[in-house]
Amino acid sequence: MAATPETAQQVQEYADDGYKYGFVTDIETESAPKGLNEDIIRFISAKKKEPEWMLESRLKAYRHWLTMPEPEWQKPDFPAINYQDSYYYSAPKSMADKPKSLDEVDPELLATYEKLGIPLQEQERLAGVAVDAVFDSVSVATTFKAKLEEVGVIFCPISEAIERCPDLVQKYLGSVVPYTDNKHACLNAAVFTDGSFVFIPKGVRCPMELSTYFRINAENTGQFERTLIIADEGSYVSYLEGCTAPMRDEHQLHAAVVELITLDDAEIKYSTVQNWYPGDEEGRGGIYNFVTKRGACRGRNSKISWTQVETGSAITWKYPSCILQGENSVGEFYSIAITNNRQQADTGTKMIHLGKNTSSRIISKGISAGRSDQTYRGLVRMGPKANGARNYTQCDSLLIGDTCGAHTVPYIESKNKGAVVEHEATTSKISEDQLFYLRQRGIDEEAAVALVVNGFCRDVLQQLPMEFAVEAQKLVGISLEGSVG
Amino acid sequence: MSQKINPVENFVSGFEAIRATLAGNDLPWLDSLRRSGIGQFEDIGLPGPKVESWKYTRLRPLEDTTFRPVILADREAYIDQVPTVLPSSSGCPRIVFVNGFMRSDLSCLDNLPEGVTVESLGAAVARDSEWVETHLGRIGRLEGQPLVALNTAMMNSGVVVHVQRGVVVEQPIQMIFIAGLTEEPVACYPRNLIVMEEASQATLVKLHAGLGVSAYLANAVTEVEVGDAAILRHYRVQSENIQATHLGSLHVRIGQDATYDGFGLHIGGRLSRTEVFARLEGEGGHCALNGAYLMKGREHCDNTTVIEHVVPHTTCSEVFKGILDDESRGVFQGRIVVHKDAQGTDGHQSSNVLLLSDKAEMDAKPELEIYADDVKCSHGATTGQLDETALFYLRSRGIPEALARNLLIQSFVAGALDEIKVDTVREAMMSKVVHWLPAKCFLAEEWTEE
Repeated sequence: MAATPETAQQVQEYADDGYKYGFVTDIETESAPKGLNEDIIRFISAKKKEPEWMLESRLKAYRHWLTMPEPEWQKPDFPAINYQDSYYYSAPKSMADKPKSLDEVDPELLATYEKLGIPLQEQERLAGVAVDAVFDSVSVATTFKAKLEEVGVIFCPISEAIERCPDLVQKYLGSVVPYTDNKHACLNAAVFTDGSFVFIPKGVRCPMELSTYFRINAENTGQFERTLIIADEGSYVSYLEGCTAPMRDEHQLHAAVVELITLDDAEIKYSTVQNWYPGDEEGRGGIYNFVTKRGACRGRNSKISWTQVETGSAITWKYPSCILQGENSVGEFYSIAITNNRQQADTGTKMIHLGKNTSSRIISKGISAGRSDQTYRGLVRMGPKANGARNYTQCDSLLIGDTCGAHTVPYIESKNKGAVVEHEATTSKISEDQLFYLRQRGIDEEAAVALVVNGFCRDVLQQLPMEFAVEAQKLVGISLEGSVG
Repeated sequence: MSQKINPVENFVSGFEAIRATLAGNDLPWLDSLRRSGIGQFEDIGLPGPKVESWKYTRLRPLEDTTFRPVILADREAYIDQVPTVLPSSSGCPRIVFVNGFMRSDLSCLDNLPEGVTVESLGAAVARDSEWVETHLGRIGRLEGQPLVALNTAMMNSGVVVHVQRGVVVEQPIQMIFIAGLTEEPVACYPRNLIVMEEASQATLVKLHAGLGVSAYLANAVTEVEVGDAAILRHYRVQSENIQATHLGSLHVRIGQDATYDGFGLHIGGRLSRTEVFARLEGEGGHCALNGAYLMKGREHCDNTTVIEHVVPHTTCSEVFKGILDDESRGVFQGRIVVHKDAQGTDGHQSSNVLLLSDKAEMDAKPELEIYADDVKCSHGATTGQLDETALFYLRSRGIPEALARNLLIQSFVAGALDEIKVDTVREAMMSKVVHWLPAKCFLAEEWTEE
């Protein structure tokens, strides 16, 4: 297919303003000195006014981190990270004396979120979604707190949770992702700054969707947030996560850890739209998104469902997983990953079946365009006691253009004859017939591609909560702009 | 035997000890090839669990056993009856090796057609060392392959098959490797070379058979060149003995419009790993890599394949079926790589496994690595147990449970065996499968006769 002048123009437009969240908020910040050492960790802990046990656990993680080698098994190829060339704590100055309510929050910050499409004040009054907004290293605002507390739901920044409910935090933090898990999770355990804490008490169905919006703003700053969600017996919560960052020429590190815990009959639905700055078309800049997400279905009949739309980041390294311990527990993973230009993504899931009659379902859709490289890497493990366990995996890859790569690397380990594992994968390109059909109906090529890709992703898009689904569909189109021709 | 030893040093010193006795050691090119092999092996060492492609297979027997080189007495072991794949009555030519060395008294190569040479590596080197030099070590790369490197250093014998341009060999040729029957653990390193010139056709049937119960290591490397428009049907059976470690690798280069049709049946060996590296280097090439493995006891069977589509318009297919009983373990790692510009590639892979016991384990890693867009590639992998409803159906028709199970297993494995294009070979392999089946009853034998 030869590039038409129109597509060439669109490519140019895309290069100019494809990433609309790339602006920088000019705000006075307070940072820890550059680099990483025990003093920095003490500084972060002191800033957060943390109890002694928290500092101890951070230092323990840091000392272990020093001994861990860089992981090398992944497909993405990138120069070694200089951990000393980054700030590990950065917070808007105005946040130093903790605003009590939204009215006291720096208007500049509120304006930033408004620009990102998350009007915090309006949301407080109109939309039925509670938001925790995290800006660099601190949470700037959490909406609907009072209303949630009426039903006993705790939704607050994790730093506040450490003060308010240390028992819960101490009991569950690090119980799903221990600090020894992997190098990036270990770094997070040492230097995590903020993130959300959610506790849904027994039998409560959370009355609204909870959401966290992560924003990296400061230069040379890594963001290390930590999210902990606990769903007590018979409870339900749907949680959304969004993220963006300004356009910068250097790479920034984002190493987050998310831990989910469901007890008997509880359910957590966790949705992510990840749209970190992906770097420019030559691969300059962009976020290194090295995230460890894991949920433990501890109780009987519990369920954890991950849905993700991954369109941003220079490099994505992310495997939201489920440990299915409780009998009849269910794990789900729905993923759309789109890479364009020089992006690299190595993403997938792990389903570890330990309990009887556990079941899991994996639907992964990968779309690569430009000169990007994408890998689905997934593990399904059937333990010796997982009688009657079932897994179904389907991963499909779509290639747009002949300079990108799509890879599928599933690991299937079965130690139980009563467990059934099924895996299917296909790789193909967009059907010429479908494109031709759409074009002869007067739909231009870009729109036709977006339509076909949206159809390809339908199974996953359907899993997203309403407002996310609309945004995700648009994102699919935007991410692929300029990829045809 | 149980004391801690350094296996790498052991192998290296073993090489120094036997170097002077190796076939063709007076040829400078061969000597330097062997030296580079041992050098590479020393650098890489034995693959441990941290090496991604060895994640599921540990080479424990190599770590805690000292294997000595084969001596004359081992080579001259008395063989009562030569194990074969095809019945002796078929009159197919055969070349037989005992503990890695050719035995002309057991071989039968009289009725080979014109234009076909089948001989031992030693004989080939002695007869035409130049020809061997241009082919040996050209396809099997040493880099990052410690076992290929080790074999390159130690290779002493093996079979060389050369089919000249346009020659079509009707009768299957059998290559039989017998091992075991030694007092102490021994190691043998067969190195095979198969060269199919343009438009030639042949069927090769290879058998690795273990006799007795003594431990041994068979580290085999086979290099195969399938010339333009040539067809090679390459069927292998691995039935090593219960103490054996069988590490085989197969390196195949497939030319334009050529077909390589490979099948491997694995029914033995304490620890076996078969690696196949196939490269489709000419348009219109086709590669089929199929296999079946039936494991019991504490056997461990690993099938690792890498098929590379280098040029446009090539196809591949893989069908693997596994049966795992007792505490056995199966590993399947299949990778299909589509290089940039290899448009029009069609590749399909499937791996299906039945677990017959709660202690059996299967680890599968089917991979697709694709750098071109106009391709059709897919893989499927399943593990599960025998279908209870099918079993119930058979029993409700008055078939006893043991036989019903056997029937179902047999039909499951047949899904892979059906890929074998030569009837006599397929039937011979099926009878090996039937022989393996648990709770044998005479009816099962009868059933296959029909």
